[in-house]
Amino acid sequence: MTLDFILGHLNYWLFIILMMIGFYIVVARGNYIKKIVGLNIFQAAVFMFYISLSKVEGGTAPIFPIDMNIDPQVVYSNPLPHVLILTAIVVGIATTSLGLALIVRIREEYGTIEEDEILEIESKLQSDENSTEGASMGGRA
Amino acid sequence: MELFINLVLFFMLVATAIAILRMRHLFAVVMLSGVFSLLSALLFVALDAVDVAFTEAAVGAGISTVLLLGTMALTARNEKMPREFSIVPLLVVMATGAVLIYGTLDMPSFGSPTSPAQTHLAEKFLTQSPSEVGIPNVVSAILASYRGYDTLGETVVVFTACIGVLMLIGSFARRRRKNDGGAE
Repeated sequence: MTLDFILGHLNYWLFIILMMIGFYIVVARGNYIKKIVGLNIFQAAVFMFYISLSKVEGGTAPIFPIDMNIDPQVVYSNPLPHVLILTAIVVGIATTSLGLALIVRIREEYGTIEEDEILEIESKLQSDENSTEGASMGGRA
Repeated sequence: MELFINLVLFFMLVATAIAILRMRHLFAVVMLSGVFSLLSALLFVALDAVDVAFTEAAVGAGISTVLLLGTMALTARNEKMPREFSIVPLLVVMATGAVLIYGTLDMPSFGSPTSPAQTHLAEKFLTQSPSEVGIPNVVSAILASYRGYDTLGETVVVFTACIGVLMLIGSFARRRRKNDGGAE
């Protein structure tokens, strides 16, 4: 564990810390909107991790001069992760919007967007169903 | 200097994320998620990914905030008082984080020009795209030309999500549910 090693890997560790904060929001909080925000944080941390892989020491953004006179001395960062993450951001917003639409439907159906209240309603419905079924079968079930 | 900028931005990101974790006012949570997106756009600029920064600022801080605000207006404004603190999620998160950090120990160090990610395709794209595609921005060249099918797939995903949202909360779904309710 030299100082070089720590400085070279510090970025990855920082992004993992950020990712785990997002993960904790998803797992520990009961409110569905907050879970979606936590998921977005998790996702943004993954994006940062990918982008940090494309960085080259002393490099610059992968855009050539407009007259295309490319100086071979200039170092450019790797453009491929940038492209992948551009796609991922747009796909991410698509899935987020689908999740938010589901939340609106859940609220219409249950009247709440808190996970524990929904579980309570669900178990109540389940036990009601069981007791009516049991009665219709002559109490044998 | 670069490391210093990264560290400052990172600590601002962590402060925002922890504030999101602790706030129970959903409006504040949504606004903080917009702040989070803008901060991550800044970090992308610092990491040379200007195109990604543009997209993150427009999509993450713009569209996603609007969608979250709309959902909030249709559902609830406050989070309920949290349940009593449970240690299990914290342990799960810690264990996952530890495994991930263990996984990074083998990785090439940050910014190394000899890492596998830099030595294969990147070289080809950077040297050949000026003659093959001929536009200054390599990211656009790859996005629209070399990886055009990826972008087509992305459009399909967005289209599918659009149909999904319309089926869940569109006017057609609403009308059908109303009819079902009348029949019962």
